[in-house]
Amino acid sequence: MVATLVKLRFLLLANSLRKSPWQLVAVILGGLYGLGLLVLAIAGLFVLRFADIEFARSVTVLAGAALVVGWTVLPVLTSGIDQTVEPARLATFPIPLNTLLLSLAISGVLGVPGLVTLVAALATAGTWWGHPLAALAAVVCAVIGVLTCVVGSRMLVALSSRISAGRRAREAKGILIFVPLLMLGPIILWVSQQFRDAADLLPRIANVVSWTPLGAIWAVPADIASGNPGRAGLEFLIGIGTLGAFLLLWRWGLARALESPHHSTQTRAAARGLGLFAIFPDTPSGAVASRALTYWMRDPRYAQSLITVPLVPILIFVYAGTNGNLAPLNVVAPIIAVLLSLSIYTDVSYDNTAFALHLQTGVSGRADRVGRVLALAVFAVPVCVVLAIGSVWAANTWEILPGLLGITIGILLTGFGVSSVISARFVFMVPAPGESPFTSKPGGGVSLMLSMFATWSILGILILPELVLAVVGFALDIAALGWLSLVVGITLGSTLLVIGIRQGGAILDRRGPTLLAQLQKQR
Amino acid sequence: MTQNSSGSDELAMHPIPALSIRGLVKYFGDKPAVDNLDLTVPSGSFFGLVGPNGAGKTTTLSMATGLLRPDAGQVSVHGVDVWSHLVEAKRLVGNLSDGVRLFDRLTGLQLVTYAGLLSGMTREVVVERAHDLLQLLDLEGAGGTLVIDYSAGMIKKIALACALVHAPKLLVLDEPFESVDPVSSANIRDILEGFVASGGTVIVSSHAMDLVQRMCDHVAIIAQGRVLAAGTIDEIRGDSTLEDRFVELVGGRRTGEGPAWLRLS
Repeated sequence: MVATLVKLRFLLLANSLRKSPWQLVAVILGGLYGLGLLVLAIAGLFVLRFADIEFARSVTVLAGAALVVGWTVLPVLTSGIDQTVEPARLATFPIPLNTLLLSLAISGVLGVPGLVTLVAALATAGTWWGHPLAALAAVVCAVIGVLTCVVGSRMLVALSSRISAGRRAREAKGILIFVPLLMLGPIILWVSQQFRDAADLLPRIANVVSWTPLGAIWAVPADIASGNPGRAGLEFLIGIGTLGAFLLLWRWGLARALESPHHSTQTRAAARGLGLFAIFPDTPSGAVASRALTYWMRDPRYAQSLITVPLVPILIFVYAGTNGNLAPLNVVAPIIAVLLSLSIYTDVSYDNTAFALHLQTGVSGRADRVGRVLALAVFAVPVCVVLAIGSVWAANTWEILPGLLGITIGILLTGFGVSSVISARFVFMVPAPGESPFTSKPGGGVSLMLSMFATWSILGILILPELVLAVVGFALDIAALGWLSLVVGITLGSTLLVIGIRQGGAILDRRGPTLLAQLQKQR
Repeated sequence: MTQNSSGSDELAMHPIPALSIRGLVKYFGDKPAVDNLDLTVPSGSFFGLVGPNGAGKTTTLSMATGLLRPDAGQVSVHGVDVWSHLVEAKRLVGNLSDGVRLFDRLTGLQLVTYAGLLSGMTREVVVERAHDLLQLLDLEGAGGTLVIDYSAGMIKKIALACALVHAPKLLVLDEPFESVDPVSSANIRDILEGFVASGGTVIVSSHAMDLVQRMCDHVAIIAQGRVLAAGTIDEIRGDSTLEDRFVELVGGRRTGEGPAWLRLS
């Protein structure tokens, strides 16, 4: 049974790859990237053998703890968890829960990230080569540690998205996960700040972490090597206990998921009337804008982009605050402008096959593009301008305001144009409507990363004029250049926006049916 | 069944068919999904499209309504060539596609309004029609509920409202009665019959032979991407029922009781 289920995972992967060659390319690139990381990690761990035990201990404990945190928490923030074998789909088969648990854990390890983590963890044996007993313990602990990582990630998914039956509660929980993440960034920055001040803090922190569920298992070999078998034993127990607790929590979450899969509760909302449709002009583009903005408010997948708006200023404020120099705050507005203006380049992919309505009604590609940009612009432009003014106020750098606004507005307008073309031309593997924003399709993470890199590069080239003008203005203290940058940012940005909307609209008119066929394929 | 006689009369009255398909071809990979298909739907007819699973019904209807580009062939709606005058053709067609999502985070009222506004109508007209349609389809109480919280039958109905809101001349409905309860199904049938009586044309694809035989005046049987038979219901079924005629034409009926282990006693 276990073998059948593990095989199912690879069968599903192979079949979905056969359907789209680009996904295969993405998986291969992801594999190469993992391999590169792996070689570096292994080399590092073997070299660590020649360092003193205290140092090696700090590195392995902290890296191990980071690995566990990364596995359990990071998928939520970045690419999502590959749910190729979704437990709810198996609910109809008579499979004992424990068998299911074991199969899902094994297939979790047998992915690219799982295998890379496993091999890297096993390489810690190389670090303790000089102490045979410790090396042996390292192998055992590596397996336990990696299982903790995998089970931890599954546990979080099972708990976050499945406990509550109602859609609204489920979605609210999905977004609430972001709150601790908001705090995580500043904490990490604060900690790394402390490192810079006192390098000898590293072993002390490692010492503390080695008593926590995150780091305990990774400290066992080091404590054996340094002749502390008692402490090693305790840490081993903590590690095993953590894995056990994770397993129990996961088992509980999974059982709940199997018993009440996707309960659709009748949540009767009060009649809202037309909502935004009464506010925007009653043209096709106004309708698209109302629809898109409604989605910005109601669809958790869009919340992922919105969350960066408070996140970036907080991160930079904490970073700048510890240095006592608030000037770095000035980059907040341009960064938010990049993130928001490019957030709609997957817009049609987010629509999924609902996009068919746009084809059925024969709405022009240009109206479609204008509407989507309008929905974003009504909040992105004010937010970015306020952030730009707020940051120069906080840092008391009023002299750079014109140039900063030039860059920010230039990025926004240009980004809207770039997104308009990209989303009309390409379909991306994004979570489907109603799916958790944290799920990812195989290779989806890599292809999204590649396309993000490409769009960012295009944007970077297109905004060069206003950027160079403003930066030269800042550096040489020439106020006129800042104002010039503002003028260039607005005019060049608007021109590129118009070109982007026209081109994107033309592409959409021409390729709409092809786009829909692709959307249907990946459904 | 009273419409059957009027079907051929209307053919004579309206020389330009509501939908005309000539030599339609669509390949998925190297497998033909639609294989040189010809079909004429007379204006003012209630036309049933039947065929086994995978016959190419949905593919044909998608190409006829401008949602899927054909590899070859011509489609015209009331004389307007679909693939060279996409927007004009789409103004004439109301479409209910099977197996596509809706913008389900809008309320029912918002979704119908959205469809109307996209077709280029003014807000006053759209809102009035949207309320009429919700009432007609027994969805008034659900107008303020998000479509994602609708049941399967309600989703079919709201999709039908979206197809009707711009007052099309030709309605193309892919499996409109699937998972719709009997009462709503009868109500929908009344609406469609009224639409045909007032001069509109309806094409429905369905697996329910009984329903097609009772409701439609014309029918085409499609299998493997080709039309096996087309004409008025009476012409096609002759003395037997549509279902028998369908099985006879398409084949694949199995006799016997299935494997021994499946027999419990």
